[in-house]
Amino acid sequence: MREIHDIHGGIHPPERKTLSRPGELRDATLPARLVLPLRQHLGVPAKAIVEVGDAVLGGQVLAQAQGVMSVPVHAPTSGTISAIESRPIAHASGLEDTCIVLETDGADESIRCEGIPEWQTIAPSLLVERIREAGIAGMGGAGFPTAVKLNPGATKPIDTLMINGTECEPYITADDTLMQCQADALVEGAKILAYVVGAERVVIGIEDNKPAAISRVTAAVQNAGADIEVASFPTKYPSGGEKQFIEILTGQQVPSGGIPADIGLVCVNPGTAVAAKEAIVDGKPLTHRIVTLTGEALGKPGNVTACIGTPIAHLLGDASLSAEERQRIIHGGPMMGFAVSDLDAPITKITNCLLAPTARELPPPAPAKPCIRCGHCAEACPASLLPQQLYWYARAKDHEQLSEHRLLDCIECGACAYVCPSQIPLVQYYRAAKGQMRDSEQEKRRSDNSRERFEARQTRLEAEALAKEAKRAARKAAAQEKAAQDGVDPIQAAIERAQARKIEQGETP
Amino acid sequence: MIAALTEQPLLIALLALLSLGGIFGALLGFAAVRFRVEGNPISEQINALLPQTQCGQCGYPGCRPYSEAITAGDAINKCPPGGEETIQALADLLDVEPQPLDAEHGTEKAPVVAWIREAECIGCTKCIQACPVDAILGAAKVMHTVIADECTGCDLCLDPCPVDCIDLIPRKEGIAFWHWNLPTEEAIPSNIIASDTRTRDAA
Amino acid sequence: MLGDIALLLVGAVLVNNFVLVQFLGLCPFMGVSNKLETAMGMSVATTFVLTLASVCSYLTYNYLLIPLELEYLRTISFILVIAVVVQFTEMVVRKTSPLLHRVLGVFLPLITTNCAVLGVALLNINQAHNFIESLFYGLGAALGFSLALILFAAMRERLAVADVPEPFQGAAIGMITAGLASLAFMGFAGLI
Repeated sequence: MREIHDIHGGIHPPERKTLSRPGELRDATLPARLVLPLRQHLGVPAKAIVEVGDAVLGGQVLAQAQGVMSVPVHAPTSGTISAIESRPIAHASGLEDTCIVLETDGADESIRCEGIPEWQTIAPSLLVERIREAGIAGMGGAGFPTAVKLNPGATKPIDTLMINGTECEPYITADDTLMQCQADALVEGAKILAYVVGAERVVIGIEDNKPAAISRVTAAVQNAGADIEVASFPTKYPSGGEKQFIEILTGQQVPSGGIPADIGLVCVNPGTAVAAKEAIVDGKPLTHRIVTLTGEALGKPGNVTACIGTPIAHLLGDASLSAEERQRIIHGGPMMGFAVSDLDAPITKITNCLLAPTARELPPPAPAKPCIRCGHCAEACPASLLPQQLYWYARAKDHEQLSEHRLLDCIECGACAYVCPSQIPLVQYYRAAKGQMRDSEQEKRRSDNSRERFEARQTRLEAEALAKEAKRAARKAAAQEKAAQDGVDPIQAAIERAQARKIEQGETP
Repeated sequence: MIAALTEQPLLIALLALLSLGGIFGALLGFAAVRFRVEGNPISEQINALLPQTQCGQCGYPGCRPYSEAITAGDAINKCPPGGEETIQALADLLDVEPQPLDAEHGTEKAPVVAWIREAECIGCTKCIQACPVDAILGAAKVMHTVIADECTGCDLCLDPCPVDCIDLIPRKEGIAFWHWNLPTEEAIPSNIIASDTRTRDAA
Repeated sequence: MLGDIALLLVGAVLVNNFVLVQFLGLCPFMGVSNKLETAMGMSVATTFVLTLASVCSYLTYNYLLIPLELEYLRTISFILVIAVVVQFTEMVVRKTSPLLHRVLGVFLPLITTNCAVLGVALLNINQAHNFIESLFYGLGAALGFSLALILFAAMRERLAVADVPEPFQGAAIGMITAGLASLAFMGFAGLI
């Protein structure tokens, strides 16, 4: 039995998970149009390999990965490509990004998929390639290219694979539903991933507010006869943060600025594990995912399996959204999600929840009051940071002090803002400060580069000037030497010749 | 002799002070030679903070001359491309008060890059010679083009061009460079009373 | 002997802290405490100067002024000693850390006029300290000065980014904080 540790801080917001009926999974209806952004992951956008007018089948590659930190995009269903253009996407900025627009034909034809049922006989590196080609990115919300995570390199040997079934954020039940409905696929996926990274131990961690998921997954592990541990631990937000999850289950802390692979661990979302199983065993790329549709403004909340690229408005229509004035639709959960500006934006590989609250359910934030230095934020911080100090330094834009106080270790969970009695939007300050620090560093790199080019140019110009001088001096020395040899100064001779010619020409009109 | 001198206290006092001064003066002279400092390392550190556009808007012919001027005591608020951030960084380094940008030398503008209208370019190389960071690619009678990643937007190439075919366009930053802005100060009014929050919740 | 030294040190650092209780050396205290790094640099420089000046003043007084019955010249000769030590320190600082030299600026030569330094030299005579006691009294005074300066610099760094009401911003809130710190240190009275 594994020893369960506790993390510093954390909060217990109301869970509100029964609203979306975890464990009941239905299919979303097929929309008329799918919008597939070329970047649904962390890293370089994929490059479209289809053109406008092409007919495509489900599972077909539409965009290829560009480099290592990139992930391909596949067609979720059959149809025709109607455009490849800038479209609104679900991003906090409200900006647009290049997307492939697919008009569905309703036939839902797919390409033939060839899986590898005997994956234990294949070299792990080939399986990683398959996972990469299947377009799998971290489905917990960060979208880190899974193939890169599974390949930390020879310097970081992995001994434990951890499946993060925590889902600590209120309202969201997508992973809970997946673990109840696809437990066998999850166990198979965990086995595949453990084989790929060479891990000796596999742990599936589930919070104790999901008893149905715990029993289903335990049963699936026993059925498969797999050597996988299912560990449950007390519910607290944000236990699901990767670093917090690792600390709870192993007692080890990931070093500041490091990754779990530094201490021999790889941590994966259950949805990613199931996607890996489908990619390897069934040969299917990542084209669908489970999305929680919840909030009191929905008539039919629940969990749906939706095509990636489905417009948010379509899913909300499926769930009978009752529109309100100035309504916020939140992509993600109430703590770490962001409000979507354009409901035509599509869901992507990282969309785990769409939250449509009524104004009474989640009222707009009250205006912030001055900080009273109570220190509740430091008590709540799961990363053991000093949010109050980070707040003051973020206001003062003091980048040096911010990095000394480890701003970059902040996971932006929102626990500090939740407990703040003055209702200060602390996480906004940290996000802005991180962005400013990134900008500063980029500016510094640019100016260092410009300085080097400038100094190189100065050196080159000086060298050219010196070379010119040297040549002139050499010519002069050569001329003088010639003069000394012949007894005649060639320059003087040249001048006399020129003068003689002039006089000659002057005499002949 | 000491006995004789003790009868002249003024003389003794003077002699004592003079000898003290003499000894100390010698000590200091020795120290001045021993601890001599060559060069001026501060201007290196100041130069590292300047944006290196070499544009001359500060009134000096480049960033290094300006950094040397700052070492000699010049004001730190003369650099428009660096803007408020550079002024703050210089103020932190030199432990002086940051001042607002001196409007005499220009205003802080959004980052720009130069762009040559290739249809009008005559291949004269005058802009190539003017660029302080060699960001223009080309040769005599051959098309010139600006390498956008290396261009600092200093606008020194605009004047030499005989056909005036160079524009300064805003530098495009994609979604990857977007970041949140700080909440505005109005979000923190300090004169709210409790009944204000109650009425807002009820609304 | 050791007990006496310990009492002397505790007295100089805490009970009769030169800056916060005896109110000497306030100019560099207010002027250099904007940033923690500069305050630490200044503390090191002042410690060096104070200890050395205390010792040199003692030697000058006991081996030059007293034999020649020139005790009345003590003030001016102490100033001379202090000026030389400060000048020497300035040269060393400029060589080892040009940035610190630039940042400390005029406050480095102003250590000459730091009344704490002259105060220590004169108090050594008033209290008839022997050589060891003079040395440790100077060291204790310097440590007390450093303690006050570093604590105050840390507080001022926080004040600089805090939400200070406009009439109080800048030196005003600094003075108020110094006064409160002074009240705190006066609480050490009766410690020894």
